[in-house]
Amino acid sequence: MADIGGVSLLTWNLLKALPKGILRGNLVFQQMLYMGVNSIPLVFLTSLFTGAVTSVQAAYQFSDLLSMRYLGSAVSKAVIIELGPVLTALVVTGRVGAAIAAELGTMKVTEQIDALETMALNPTEYLVVPRFVGGLIMLPVLTIFADLIAILGGLSVAMTFLDVTSHTFLTSVRSFFEMTDLWAGLTKSFAFGAIIAIIGCYQGFNTSGGAEGVGRSTTKAVVVASVLILISDYFLASLIFGT
Amino acid sequence: MIEIRRLFKRFGKNQVLKGVNLTIPAGETVVIIGRSGCGKSVLLKHIIGLIKPDSGQIFINGNEATSFSGEQMYTLRKKFGMLFQGAALFDSLTVDENVGLALKEHAELPAGKVKEIVEEKLKMVGLSGVGKLKPAELSGGMKKRVGLARAIAMDPEFILYDEPTTGLDPIMADAINDLIIDLKEKLRITSVAVTHDMVSAYKIADRIAMLYEGEIIFTGTPVETKNTDDPVVRQFIEGRETGPIQAI
Repeated sequence: MADIGGVSLLTWNLLKALPKGILRGNLVFQQMLYMGVNSIPLVFLTSLFTGAVTSVQAAYQFSDLLSMRYLGSAVSKAVIIELGPVLTALVVTGRVGAAIAAELGTMKVTEQIDALETMALNPTEYLVVPRFVGGLIMLPVLTIFADLIAILGGLSVAMTFLDVTSHTFLTSVRSFFEMTDLWAGLTKSFAFGAIIAIIGCYQGFNTSGGAEGVGRSTTKAVVVASVLILISDYFLASLIFGT
Repeated sequence: MIEIRRLFKRFGKNQVLKGVNLTIPAGETVVIIGRSGCGKSVLLKHIIGLIKPDSGQIFINGNEATSFSGEQMYTLRKKFGMLFQGAALFDSLTVDENVGLALKEHAELPAGKVKEIVEEKLKMVGLSGVGKLKPAELSGGMKKRVGLARAIAMDPEFILYDEPTTGLDPIMADAINDLIIDLKEKLRITSVAVTHDMVSAYKIADRIAMLYEGEIIFTGTPVETKNTDDPVVRQFIEGRETGPIQAI
């Protein structure tokens, strides 16, 4: 309960500090670079194999029931609606959420956050807003990138092992592509970006007990954000697709 | 002038401050002594609003800071500098950026002028040519001095020192003490220092106050402190294990 109150308070302070904090372009840019650009290799690797395995699994489930002409749409739908946003968010949580909690946690235990306060600098404006905005912008960008790479991974497997031509695969992707699916995936990734940044910052700000405390906060940030991503994924999907 | 009136603070079951009363006159250095964990740093953090008291008041130049809103507190803090026990330098910034951060954020000065002031403050603390280094590349004493340069960057009216000499070798500790005295004389700063280093306390203090069991039980000049008959203060300043204060 205390954590729910704490996260709500942090979010409220974040919204209040947002108009001023967003003007710190340099800090926001640094976070976008760190959260987004530096995550590209990891997202590339995970998406490539996610797409590949989706292709293999879909082909296995189609077996004699459905034509392989539909393989492209099965892969792209699964990736764009679900796998792209969720797996990208989980991978970024492991990399960025943990780093946010560890960095802010270390700043907390070494009194750097108190030092910011004594210099009349609002830590929410200075530390939380750039991470929040960075997450909000970069997670959807990474998700689009992940979607493309995953479809490419699915295509590679289809062409190499399943005797499906690139033309058949991509025609299937195109014919069943709906803009609503992409928006649904991106809406989710916006929410996931916010969750990663807010939970990472909250755990960092509430660190106590030296190096051990930093380790505890980091683990908690990853676990809590991952669980929240999966729970909110269900509710957002229900809301968007109306079931 | 800083006036602290009947300040109470509890953390869980631990009543740390039990009605602290203390006045720090303008332009003076008051050193608060006491055992580790007795609440000295907590008291210091109350003065700058990092911790809110359960009850009691703190007046800064006659204004009750304990009733200030967030914005008012940020405005007040621009008059303060604080040196933290571990210096609390920002790891991600260079020495120059650490010292110049408050100036860059609040002073609305051109970049060239900020650079000039940063160099001047670093020179005051006896450091030159380290501006491009990161805190991780500095020794403990250098970090403290950079912390001091950062604390005085905005020419504050008040400086709070949290254990300024802890963890330093005696020579470096003495150099820091001289810097604190220098700053008081040159800039006429009102200072509050908390320490359990009596050599430092005697050297830098105009008055010494002892915090014991959540209250200020003694105040006096360094000479009065040395000559006091109070058994608690005597045990502390002489560093004896036996006496009214339980050692363990």
